[in-house]
Amino acid sequence: MSSQFFIPDPDGQVPSTEGYFGAFGGKFIPEALVAAVDEVAVEYDKAKQDPEFARELDDLLVNYTGRPSALTEVPRFAEHAGGVRMFLKREDLNHTGSHKINNVLGQALLTKRMGKTRVIAETGAGQHGVATATACALFGLDCTIYMGEIDTERQALNVARMRMLGAEVVAVKSGSRTLKDAINEAFRDWVANVDRTHYLFGTVAGPHPFPAMVRDFHRVIGVEARRQILERAGRLPDAAVACVGGGSNAIGLFHAFIPDAGVRLVGCEPAGHGIETGEHAATLTAGEPGILHGSRSYVLQDEEGQITEPYSISAGLDYPGIGPEHAYLKDSGRGEYRAVTDDAAMQALRLLSRTEGIIPAIESAHALAGALDLGKELGRDGLMIVNLSGRGDKDMDTAARYFGLYDTDAEVAADAADLAEIEGDAK
Amino acid sequence: MSGNVQLLNDTLAAAKAEQRAALIAYLPAGFPTVDGGIEAIKAVFEGGADVVEVGLPHSDPVLDGPVIQTADDIALKAGLKIADVMRTVREAYEASGKPVLVMTYWNPIDRYGVERFTAELAAAGGAGCILPDLPVQESALWREHADKHGLGTVFVVAPSSKDERLATITAAGSGFVYAASLMGVTGTRESVGEQAQELVRRTKATTDLPVCVGLGVSNATQAAEVAGFADGVIVGSAFVQRLLDAPDEAAGLAAVRELAGDLAKGVRGAA
Repeated sequence: MSSQFFIPDPDGQVPSTEGYFGAFGGKFIPEALVAAVDEVAVEYDKAKQDPEFARELDDLLVNYTGRPSALTEVPRFAEHAGGVRMFLKREDLNHTGSHKINNVLGQALLTKRMGKTRVIAETGAGQHGVATATACALFGLDCTIYMGEIDTERQALNVARMRMLGAEVVAVKSGSRTLKDAINEAFRDWVANVDRTHYLFGTVAGPHPFPAMVRDFHRVIGVEARRQILERAGRLPDAAVACVGGGSNAIGLFHAFIPDAGVRLVGCEPAGHGIETGEHAATLTAGEPGILHGSRSYVLQDEEGQITEPYSISAGLDYPGIGPEHAYLKDSGRGEYRAVTDDAAMQALRLLSRTEGIIPAIESAHALAGALDLGKELGRDGLMIVNLSGRGDKDMDTAARYFGLYDTDAEVAADAADLAEIEGDAK
Repeated sequence: MSGNVQLLNDTLAAAKAEQRAALIAYLPAGFPTVDGGIEAIKAVFEGGADVVEVGLPHSDPVLDGPVIQTADDIALKAGLKIADVMRTVREAYEASGKPVLVMTYWNPIDRYGVERFTAELAAAGGAGCILPDLPVQESALWREHADKHGLGTVFVVAPSSKDERLATITAAGSGFVYAASLMGVTGTRESVGEQAQELVRRTKATTDLPVCVGLGVSNATQAAEVAGFADGVIVGSAFVQRLLDAPDEAAGLAAVRELAGDLAKGVRGAA
C-alpha cells in the first residue's frame, strides 16, 4: 500500500539531477561538504523508494504529529476579507506547534539510516529548533541548535523549550545575529564535524538535495488540503496563501496545487517597516538573483554581492534568501508574491485571535494579512486556503509589547478602542 | 593585458627547483585599512612570501573562523569595494613583481559579472583566483573567462574528497591545488594532522600541478613539517591575528614581516 502522509513529488521533473529549478538551485558548497551532501542525496533517493521508510514516517506523522491536520473554516475572520469563503490549514495543531515537524521527522529518520549520531540545525523563530530538539529526544540523537542572539531574546520561550528537550542552544553573535548568521555558524560546525553529524536544514533552501527533499516532506500539507477542500467546498480554491521566509510551509501547501492552473499560489513576504524604508526581508519583491547558503535564488544584496541585513518583526521570516523553487515559481509566473508589513501582520494576528479564537504565529499572520487583501479582490464567491503554519504562543511577549497588553492601563484601554474600530469596519 | 598565471607557475617551479616549498600568505583586502592592507602585503613579500592571496571580504564568510571574520567585518564596515581589492592587487603586484591571487566567495563575482571581474583582475596584474564555494561542477563559466584573461583557477580539495572526484577537480584547475589540511574553517590549530599528508599523496596521484596545504598552519615548525610533503604552505589567520594584536600599524607591519621571515625559514626546512 502506498504511503498516506509521506508523499514525495510524483512528477520529478524539477529539480534536474543537478538540483536546478529552471535557473535556480544547484550546489554551491565547499569541497569539504560535497561528500556529505552527496550522501544525503543518495540516502534520500534510497529512502524514497523504500516502503519501510514510508511506513515508519507515516506512523510517526499519524501517531506522534497528529496528522492529518484540520482544515478550519473561518467565517468571522473572512467577513473582514470581503466575505470571501476562507479555510485555514491547521499546521499549528501539529505536535510542537508548527509545520516544521513534518520535515524534521523525515530527516531524523534519514539521520538514523546514515548512521549519524549528532544533529545540528539553525532556527529563526525557534520552531524548527524545537521540532529538531523534539525529534532528537525521540530518537536519542545529540542535538545542537544555532540561533541568532537577537532571536534568542525575542523567542526566549522556544530557547527554554529546546533546552528542556535536551538540546544545546548556541546564541550566534556574528553579523546581523539572526537566522542567516545561525545558518553560517551551522555550516561552520558541519564542515568540522561532518563525519558523525547531519545538518538537519529547516527550509527549502540550501544546496541540492535540500530544497527538493524538504519540499517532499512538507508536500503532505497541500495534498491533505486539496482533498479536504474538495470534500468541504466541492471545488478547488481560487487561491492558496502562505507566508514565505525560506519558503517551506508555502511550498508544502503550494506544491500539490501546481498542476491546477486555476489555483493562484500566493506567497506573503515580510515587508517589515515597508519596502521603501529598506528595513524588510522581502527577498522576491526587492532582491536580485545571487548565491546564499549553497544555492542560486533571489537574495537581498548590494551591487557587489554582499548580503544586506534583513529585518522583520517575525524571527522566522527574517532571512535575506528564499528557496530556489519559489524563485522558479516567481519567474515562471506560476507563483505570485506580495509583501506584508509588520503592522498589517500584527493587526491580522489580533483579528484572527478575536474573531476565531486562534492565535497564529507572527509568521503565519503575514499570510493572514495577505489573505485579508486577496479576499477582498476575490469577493464573496471566492474560495481560499491559508496555511496557518504555526501557533502564536511563542510570540506572546512580542505581541503583548506591540499591543500594550501588559498591565499598563492606558495601553490596554487603547487596545480595546482599536478593537472596537476593527469590529466596526466589518459591519 | 593578460593575467599572471604564468608568473604563478614560474614562481612555484622556482621554489621546487630550490628543493623547498613555497610560502603562500593570505591577507584580506581593506584590513586594517585599504592602504594598511597593501602595506601588509608588501611586508610579507619582503619577509619572504612567494605568493600572496588577497581575500575579498564577504558579509557571510561561512568557511572562515573568528579571526578572518573579524577582519572582514572591519573592512566591510569601512566601506570596502571590489575596486579597492583590485587596487590592492595592482599595488602589491607592482611593488613586488610576485604573483598575487584573489580568494573570494562566489557571490561577489557572480553579482559583479564574471567577465568584468576577470578583465579587471587581469588588468591589475592578478594571477588568478581561489573560489572555495564554487565547486568544479559549477565552474565552467568562470574557467572560460579566467582562461581568456590568463588567470589561474585554484580549486580546493578536502580530506573528504574521494579519489575520482580529486581527478575531476585537478583536471579542471590551474596554478596549484589548495589542499585543506583538515575538515574545518580557517584558523590556527595546534597541529596539522596526518590527514593532510594523506590528502597530498592522493591529490598528487591525479595531477602534476603543485599541491599546497592550507588551514591551521601558523608557525615555522608546522611550516617545516608541511614543507616535508607539500609543494607550498599557505598561512592566513596567523598573519591576520598579528595585525589584530598590534598596538599600531607600524607594529603590525613589523609583526607580519617577522612572521613571514620565520615561515620562509620553515619552508626551507629550518624550524
